[in-house]
Amino acid sequence: MNNDVTAPDPLKPAAATREKVAIRNLNFYYGNVHALKNIDLSLYEGQVTAFIGPSGCGKSTLLRVLNRMYDLYPGQRAEGEAMLDGENILSPGLDLNLLRSRVGMVFQKPTPFPMTIYENIAFGVRLYERLPKSEMDARVESALRRAALWTEVKDKLSASGLSLSGGQQQRLCIARTVAISPEVILFDEPASALDPISTAKIEELIDELSGDYTIAIVTHNMQQAARVSRYTAFMYLGEMVEFAETNAVFTSPRDKRTQDYITGRFG
Amino acid sequence: MAAPRISFLYARRRRSNAIWMGLSAIAAGIGLTGLIMILVVLLWQGFSGLSPAVFTQMTPPPGSSGGLLNAIVGSLMMTVIGVVVGAPLGMLAGTYLAEYGRYSKLAIVVRFINDILLSAPSIVIGLFVYEIVVVPMGHFSAIAGSIALAVLVVPVVVRTTEDMLNLVPNTLREAGAALGMPRSFVIQRIAYRAASAGLLTGVLLAVARISGETAPLLFTALNNQFWSLDLTQPMSSLPTVIFQFALSPYKEWQQLAWTGALIITLAVLALSITARALSTRGADR
Repeated sequence: MNNDVTAPDPLKPAAATREKVAIRNLNFYYGNVHALKNIDLSLYEGQVTAFIGPSGCGKSTLLRVLNRMYDLYPGQRAEGEAMLDGENILSPGLDLNLLRSRVGMVFQKPTPFPMTIYENIAFGVRLYERLPKSEMDARVESALRRAALWTEVKDKLSASGLSLSGGQQQRLCIARTVAISPEVILFDEPASALDPISTAKIEELIDELSGDYTIAIVTHNMQQAARVSRYTAFMYLGEMVEFAETNAVFTSPRDKRTQDYITGRFG
Repeated sequence: MAAPRISFLYARRRRSNAIWMGLSAIAAGIGLTGLIMILVVLLWQGFSGLSPAVFTQMTPPPGSSGGLLNAIVGSLMMTVIGVVVGAPLGMLAGTYLAEYGRYSKLAIVVRFINDILLSAPSIVIGLFVYEIVVVPMGHFSAIAGSIALAVLVVPVVVRTTEDMLNLVPNTLREAGAALGMPRSFVIQRIAYRAASAGLLTGVLLAVARISGETAPLLFTALNNQFWSLDLTQPMSSLPTVIFQFALSPYKEWQQLAWTGALIITLAVLALSITARALSTRGADR
């Protein structure tokens, strides 16, 4: 399949990049519907991987396997292997809460909790650590700074999280996720409900976060994928069609379906 | 040409709209008129009897004047106990239905039974509590009355709790789960908080419902002419006093019955308005 000698096969990367999440032969079912078919994928430590594809291709489904969000709903099941640092996260006995503290998720629609801005962030931290007030203040501040929200809200930390604008709410959700120091962050179309300026801010944020966290982002915006990610996975009808470095996918795709999608023939 | 056909249909629609709007307005008017008439009659008859004595003196023997203090206090006590017992039970059941039982057969059965209980005649509830509490105890008591009221509170609270929790979007719960929050935390700290105005409204509505219930109290708490705070003895309550006094031939008693009816109505009105104000304030945010 790989007839391009210069582009490395991302399933066998250079020795320097460590595989953080390795998905092998993953199949996912919504009841009897076979939604993901034999997915093979790797997420590399400290890198951003984008999942692109037309609506209904399974990109969000794949993302939600990584923190076992589907476990909340009976009738949805996954088979295969998804290894986080060598440990299979699909095994039934796994502590899901601990998994989700290592793999955070930011959703498409901003979902601030019905509490103050400070509490939104402190809430998650309190689940895992008991900190004195001064340390908690510092933690909240650092999370808000990482999310590029501190200067805008530092004088109104006791205002309700719901009083912020859409873009600010989404950054609050990112701050909330970052505050509990996860290792992997999953973004499910984080900017699709936002205006272009907020979108640009979120993309900048993802870029800044990428050194310290392994990031997977689902996006239906191809330009966004091209701007933000190092690796891109193109999915179609539940299959992983192509997975390569972003440059390779967008300039010299190997599969015709990828070519059709990125040139806008469908999707 | 298309234009004349369109205008015929349009004119007919407009006429039909006017007729239906008119009928709806008349129906609304009839309903409102009924309500206003009730309030006017209550105010007219009951207001003249309102005096400090009503709130400071006991129910009098026939022919003399007095107040409604023991009835008011009795109603308050039994209502409070009924709500304190019934509301937590109802909330936990409603939480089960909304959070854990969405896909279970047990939940379907519970919901069905709850709907039946919701519309069960309160006199049947009263007789039931008579059999299980009054007969073994050997006498009427405020406890039996409170239990009967609690049984009336539970289905109301179950229904409103389930409905309000179902209104909390699932994405909020997922956001909590995504932080690694265990299920019970997600429910308590996020779902309850998000639905708090609605949950409180449900409790207030349940209180409003039981404040005026007479039939169950007739078979359980009976009545008490004297001042009593003893829960194991019969206790007076506003609805039963109204029942007794209104049918009597004594003028003072009848006046007190009107005043008692006015007090209950104003209390229920205040509760309903508070409940409505809370729920709209929640919706605005």
